Amino acid sequence: MLYRESGDFSETYKADSQTFPIKFDRYRYYAVLAFAFLVIPFIINDYWANAVLVPFLIYAIAAIGLNILVGYCGQVSLGTGGFMAVGAYACYKLMTAFPEVSIMIHVVISGGITAAVVTVFGLPSLRIKGFYLAVATLAAQFFLVWLFNRVAWFYNYSASGQINAPDRTVFGHLVTGPNTEAWAKYMICLVFLTVAGILARNMTRGALGRKWSAIRDMDIAAEIIGVNPLTAKLSAFAISGFFIGISGALFFSVYLGAAEVGEVFGIQKSFLVLFMIIIGGLGSIFGSFAGAAFMVLLPVLLKNVLVGGLGWDTALAAHLEFVIVGALIIVFLIAEPHGLAQLWRVAKEKLRLWPFPH
Amino acid sequence: MKRLATATVAAVMAAAPVMADLVFPSLSYRTGAYAANGIPFADGYADYFTLLNERDGGIGGVMTRLVECETGYNTEKGVECYEATKGEGSLVYQPLSTGITYQLIPKATADGIPMHTMGYGRTSAANGKVFSNVFNYPANYWNGASLVVNHLLDINGGDIKGKTVALVYHNSAYGKEPIPTLEALAAKHGFNVSLLAVDHPGQEQKSQWLQIRRERPDYVVMWGWGVMNQVAIQEAANIRYPMENFIGVWWSGSENDVLPAGDAADGYKHITFHNVGDDYPIFEDVAKYVVDAGKAAGAGDQVGTVLYNRGFYAAMLAAEAVRKAQEIHGVGDITPAMMRDGMEALEITEARMAELGMPGFGPSFAVSCENHGGPGTGAVAQWDASAKKWSLISDFSSPDMSVIQPLIDADSAAFAAENNITEGCN
Repeated sequence: MLYRESGDFSETYKADSQTFPIKFDRYRYYAVLAFAFLVIPFIINDYWANAVLVPFLIYAIAAIGLNILVGYCGQVSLGTGGFMAVGAYACYKLMTAFPEVSIMIHVVISGGITAAVVTVFGLPSLRIKGFYLAVATLAAQFFLVWLFNRVAWFYNYSASGQINAPDRTVFGHLVTGPNTEAWAKYMICLVFLTVAGILARNMTRGALGRKWSAIRDMDIAAEIIGVNPLTAKLSAFAISGFFIGISGALFFSVYLGAAEVGEVFGIQKSFLVLFMIIIGGLGSIFGSFAGAAFMVLLPVLLKNVLVGGLGWDTALAAHLEFVIVGALIIVFLIAEPHGLAQLWRVAKEKLRLWPFPH
Repeated sequence: MKRLATATVAAVMAAAPVMADLVFPSLSYRTGAYAANGIPFADGYADYFTLLNERDGGIGGVMTRLVECETGYNTEKGVECYEATKGEGSLVYQPLSTGITYQLIPKATADGIPMHTMGYGRTSAANGKVFSNVFNYPANYWNGASLVVNHLLDINGGDIKGKTVALVYHNSAYGKEPIPTLEALAAKHGFNVSLLAVDHPGQEQKSQWLQIRRERPDYVVMWGWGVMNQVAIQEAANIRYPMENFIGVWWSGSENDVLPAGDAADGYKHITFHNVGDDYPIFEDVAKYVVDAGKAAGAGDQVGTVLYNRGFYAAMLAAEAVRKAQEIHGVGDITPAMMRDGMEALEITEARMAELGMPGFGPSFAVSCENHGGPGTGAVAQWDASAKKWSLISDFSSPDMSVIQPLIDADSAAFAAENNITEGCN
């Protein structure tokens, strides 16, 4: 009914190979974009920006990055927290060293620096696979946190080891620092996420993405059909690192404003982003969004319902939150191991056939 | 029909919050690796305001309302809590976390809400010329570091040249705070500092204590929090390190930290900026109006413990600042900006403390526009494992401000330059 394809013809190859070939899907996509760009900035307030939407947008970028590596190329990584820290510290060093350069450029360069670092840590993937690679990236996580704690140059020799984001503007509007308007924070993250989403979507369905999938599915077979594992794996690490670096830079500069590497970019962050893509759906861009939304929004929602709505004790609510989120993760993984993205796919399939299923 | 209407009105009145009240957000943590220390502080903070409501009908005739929000000692949740509570007219933030404090200093300053970081947070906030909205009276970390060194000087007859002091610290902004002061004091008094970082959450300290066992430093100083404290004291007991040479800052000296090690913790010391124990008249009121009335926060079993007292004391200072603000502005229902004025004009005297039922509990001091840090006085408390009690073994004394003040000036000047702040108070 909703997904009626009759009368929806493609007349050119270009139209046939576009991202959303079904007309309804395409319009829904435009509607979401229009709502995100044209409606939310006018109604957003500080609470929605700082507690809900900005973390969601930033985690979505990180989840896209990790999904490219784990979901598309099959290289397990537990170093996301450390890689985000690279983005954050690169951004901090650039912001303080070159205050006259636009923050947008700094964020992109931070992504580039992170891509280089992640590629170096990706080199072992040419020799080791699976759990062993996971352990190697875990080492990267601990090494990077140790490095940023240990070498005072990274935090400009401040007494406490904290890094603080100075005020920076884009087109005359503050985007970092304490006086930033809620909509400005939201918009800069939204712009980066939109570009990241479009880039990732098109890369993953092009030649590059097919090479990654071939490596993921069976690397020896991929090598036999002519995929170069060196370039395929390292490009996955680099591109994944680029997105994760951007998310780390935004996380520090726009969202938190001050960060401490051990606390903010610890191993929990790596697991959080990994959970996001597992729950959202490995190998799906939509899954990255869904997983980030699930992991960011659900705790806030539960807290507001239990403490704000029902007036429960905060400690009880916090404990119950762990139980509920944990239980939901288990239920999801048992009921739908391919994540929220698969649920969405099934729902779409059903809607296309409704009301006459096979 | 009329009765129904009355009942409805009554129900609505009961459901809707009273508009004129003094809102105190409590960013507490009753879960996670730091809960053992977070719970007593949050209970003490809440109980003092409950006491004021029950006994006096609020402050200056206006009821207080505590809004609790669970942070889990996590900065992201702290930000969420801040955003969720600031719209309710929150008067003062006391996050009890140095990480969250660093996060909130610029935000709260931009929103015009004062912060009180008693004995934690950013030490250089003591310079009120740069940090207009942040207060850390009556003492800060650098005072604490200096007080520890003063105590070492005392017990060594004024000479600790050539001695080695190991600092076991939480590897975070909190733990790193005292390092510059200790290094400056080491240069002044000629002792050596060796630094041993412990990563969050501090469950694993074998290698650090192995190093202490090998190097045998003359004294060990600890800047720990949460589960790290009890693990460190247990490890010290395991390597038979003499407890009287092991000194914690005020955050590493609660009952929860020493009790797990049992008799082995006997003699452990910590620096404190307020008195210990529950031998004060006000605790009779707490028992009568709060605990016996079933209105105590949490389990109600923390009254009189070190961290409960500290939360209680923090709430007392906040309430006194509210009184001062009401006096200055002549209104009962004050705003955060008025609260800031009240905090800046706060004066705590011996007489006032006695009047409140807490004689000699904390130092008497006055806050000024330039000095948000208070006197920084402190004393040494020692644990008696057989009696399960802390007792003060020294008088309250002053830290070495000749070393600390230049450090405060330098650090706050760096912050001012970084953030384009022009100095106030002129």
